[in-house]
Amino acid sequence: MNELLRRILFLPPQASTVAAEIDGLHYFVIIVTMLGAVAVTLVGGYFLIRYRRRFGRIVGTHRKPPSPIPFWTEVMVVVGLFGIFITWWVIGFRQYMRLRVAPEGALEIYVTGKQWMWKFAYPEGANSISTLYVPAGRPVKLILASRDVIHSFFVPDFRVKQDAVPGRLTTMWFEAKEPGRHDIYCTEYCGVSHSTMRGEVVVLSPADYERWLRGAAPEQQLAGQVAERPAIVGRYSPAEPISMVRQGEIAASQLGCLRCHSLDGSQHLGPTWAGMYGSTVPLAQGGTVFVDEAYITESIMDPMAKLHAGFQPIMPSYFGSMRPAESAAIVELIKSLRDVRPPPGGGLPGGIVITPNGTIEQVPEVKP
Amino acid sequence: MDPRGVGATHPDYMRAESGVRSWLLTKDHKRIALMFYGAVITFLMLGGIFALILRTELLTPETTIIDPMTYNQMFTLHGVTMVWLFLIPSIPAVFGNFVLPLMLGAKDLAFPRINLASFYVYVASAIIILTAMVLGGADTGWTFYVPYSSTSPTAVTWMGIGIFVNGVSSIMTALNFVVTTHTLRAQGLRWHRLPLFVWAIYGTSIIILFATPVLGLSLLLVAADHGLGLGIFDPRYGGDPVLFQHLFWFYSHPAVYIMILPSFAVISEVVCTFSQRPPASYRAIAYSSLGIAFIGFFTWGHHMFVAGMSEWDAGVFGGLSMFVAIFSAIKVFTWVATLRGGSIAFSTPMLYFLWFLFLFVFGGMTGVAVATQSLDVHWHDGYFVVAHFHFIMVGGALTAFLAAAHYWFPKMFGKLYDERVGLLTSVAVFIGFVFTFLPQFLLGNAGMPRRYYSYPPHFQWLNVLSTGGAWLLGAGLILALINLVVALKWGRRAGPNPWGSRSFEWITSSPPSKHNFDVTPIIERTPYDYHLSEEDARARSRAS
Ligand code: HEM
Ligand SMILES: [Cu+2]
Repeated sequence: MNELLRRILFLPPQASTVAAEIDGLHYFVIIVTMLGAVAVTLVGGYFLIRYRRRFGRIVGTHRKPPSPIPFWTEVMVVVGLFGIFITWWVIGFRQYMRLRVAPEGALEIYVTGKQWMWKFAYPEGANSISTLYVPAGRPVKLILASRDVIHSFFVPDFRVKQDAVPGRLTTMWFEAKEPGRHDIYCTEYCGVSHSTMRGEVVVLSPADYERWLRGAAPEQQLAGQVAERPAIVGRYSPAEPISMVRQGEIAASQLGCLRCHSLDGSQHLGPTWAGMYGSTVPLAQGGTVFVDEAYITESIMDPMAKLHAGFQPIMPSYFGSMRPAESAAIVELIKSLRDVRPPPGGGLPGGIVITPNGTIEQVPEVKP
Repeated sequence: MDPRGVGATHPDYMRAESGVRSWLLTKDHKRIALMFYGAVITFLMLGGIFALILRTELLTPETTIIDPMTYNQMFTLHGVTMVWLFLIPSIPAVFGNFVLPLMLGAKDLAFPRINLASFYVYVASAIIILTAMVLGGADTGWTFYVPYSSTSPTAVTWMGIGIFVNGVSSIMTALNFVVTTHTLRAQGLRWHRLPLFVWAIYGTSIIILFATPVLGLSLLLVAADHGLGLGIFDPRYGGDPVLFQHLFWFYSHPAVYIMILPSFAVISEVVCTFSQRPPASYRAIAYSSLGIAFIGFFTWGHHMFVAGMSEWDAGVFGGLSMFVAIFSAIKVFTWVATLRGGSIAFSTPMLYFLWFLFLFVFGGMTGVAVATQSLDVHWHDGYFVVAHFHFIMVGGALTAFLAAAHYWFPKMFGKLYDERVGLLTSVAVFIGFVFTFLPQFLLGNAGMPRRYYSYPPHFQWLNVLSTGGAWLLGAGLILALINLVVALKWGRRAGPNPWGSRSFEWITSSPPSKHNFDVTPIIERTPYDYHLSEEDARARSRAS
């Protein structure tokens, strides 16, 4: 029954400990709502037809005023309705308290929203971007902040959501039932790329979670690390060795680079990587720079140092949150794109800017 | 007695004077109503075009026809146009302006010049808003949440000023209605003889007077934060972004009743007239309008359950929200009870009433559903909420607007529209509507957030349904408009009271003469005395 209703109502899987209970109230509320609306409309429609004026019948004069609605009927209707609504409220409020108050001893993870990505900091010192790693079967408390505007952290499969408000800390918690992956959406409008501010929660078995944490510990940052990611993150632990370029692609998409940079020359928020390596780009501070390994690495760690002219200073620093192996793989990826020509109509490498009055313009490429 | 209605010995208000000047400088409430009519329909169409572009963009998961920035500016403009340039002024400024004085047996509103001024202030606000749009628009959504709005590179300041000016216009209109209702009632027209329309418009006006200044000031403060870095709301300068949400919703929650109470006003009249009955409970309908106006001020917090308010605040706001629905339910049951045993003309306005019933009840009950805290956590800022308020505001207010447009058409223009086409377009509007917004409830359940330019592919087919519905709805509305415009020119002559209504606006000729009545009426009955013959009724509502 639960599963049937869940599917009819298009609700996502019930992946957290509170989901099924909240869905129970959901079914009750939605069914009463639907029945109520349909019943009122049917009765109204029936009266419209039942008491329809016959053609040509003369209007007026003989009509009696309607007998007034008996007082007790009115009272019953109001009390009945109120009873239903207050029931919703009582159950809803209790569930809300449960949703809001994290159990003692929950694992605490810090979450920072930033246009347009989620950053996660774990108490053991690890970091991740856009992918939140949590153990299954253990309450996790998120402590949310925002670096710029209001964002809202939403995991539909868990039925939880909380705004991240600049200048404040807010909290939320959940307990994932079993290993798996679940979408994260930002649900508070936060600018041009609001709808791409997505991420995922990767729920690991407690043992895998421990391994993941260890893998991320600073003293073990070795080139081989990437392949040691827990099995659930499948894409990172290939059965056979994969090329650096492929690893770079995986890292770039996991870390959110591809949210702003494209690989095929198409326009986006950041400069495309196609044909970038080995070119000379104009700088916002004036002058130009030759794109080599050093510039790419610098841009990853300190994006504002040499800003490509015509782009907004929106890129976050990955210093401390990207492993050396990952940055190396991304450099390899960019190198491999040196000769990629943009697709027809894709525009030249170069970029778009959002001018102060909000229009989007293409900045022409400066040829060396 | 003149069978053409009181006032027929003079030329009607449209022909009383001629020339562009006689329109632009008129102080006649009926002409001002028509100017508002033209303006709000224009903005309805503009907002509708934005809506269709938005929906078309959402046909595919990624880019379909416009880029992200354009999309974001367009949903803001769609919201701002629909809310402030269409929904809020629509029924009060057009039909309220036209029929309220007629219903009171008055020659005009209490302050005819302020009435004209309010039209021009409205036009000015529209111009400022449209200028802001040309200057790059705003991409904040109609809610202008800080700090996004105080940092956005777009023309937020202009937009805020435009809406501020718009608020001035609605305050002027509201003030006029309140004073008119208090002072210009015909002799014998006691409060309990007022048409239900007047009660609801009166309630609306009260909300406008109390709530709009708060919005105006908040938006000015946002503009100041944006332009001057004042730091009221912007945390970079020590401001509090959640304070803005409290102020915004302190206005905007009552504002949603500013948008829907006038629909109740229309529906009450339509139901009584076409079923030839007095309301099943006059007091219930009249007082529940005031109840809504009052309680609507204490529920704003339910928009912020996940914004970081304390659990107890959330509990209180959730509980208080449950009361609002009761008043609406009382109205709904009373309307339906009124039909029972009536002599019902199955006409276009009545068909719109039937759609209104479904859309409003479903929209309203989903409102109670989203006021249920734990459920709202999942739904907040998602498509479920989008569907909820479109059900009420488009489904409720727009169907009522259309009902009014058809119902008072003969009163305003003296012509009859084609009933068959009217019924047909009404069906198209309803089907289009349901296809547009029912899938959005499911999208919301599935987790799709609102204000999304692109979405994961598994949301696609529901979006396609919704877009298809939107086009059908658009087509239905255009056809309804064409039907009325055609009737304007080729419609049959209507006679003073084609629906056999007892309400007071029908005792004068249709269309009315410039000063509404030849002699000031003296009213000795209620507007719903259907036990009287039309002659008797008329005799009891005019000076002998
Ligand atoms: C009278 C007709 C109503 C109208 C015109 C209306 C309109 C709206 C609008 C415009 C919004 C969305 C605002 C936004 O975020 O952009 C909204 C949201 C909401 N409405 Fe209603 N509403 C009505 C009835 C109700 C009722 C009866 C209730 C509950 C008792 C209710 C509860 C809510 C709640 C809780 C939200 C916020 C949902 C969220 O953002 O999470 N509404 N409504
Ligand atoms: Cu966002």
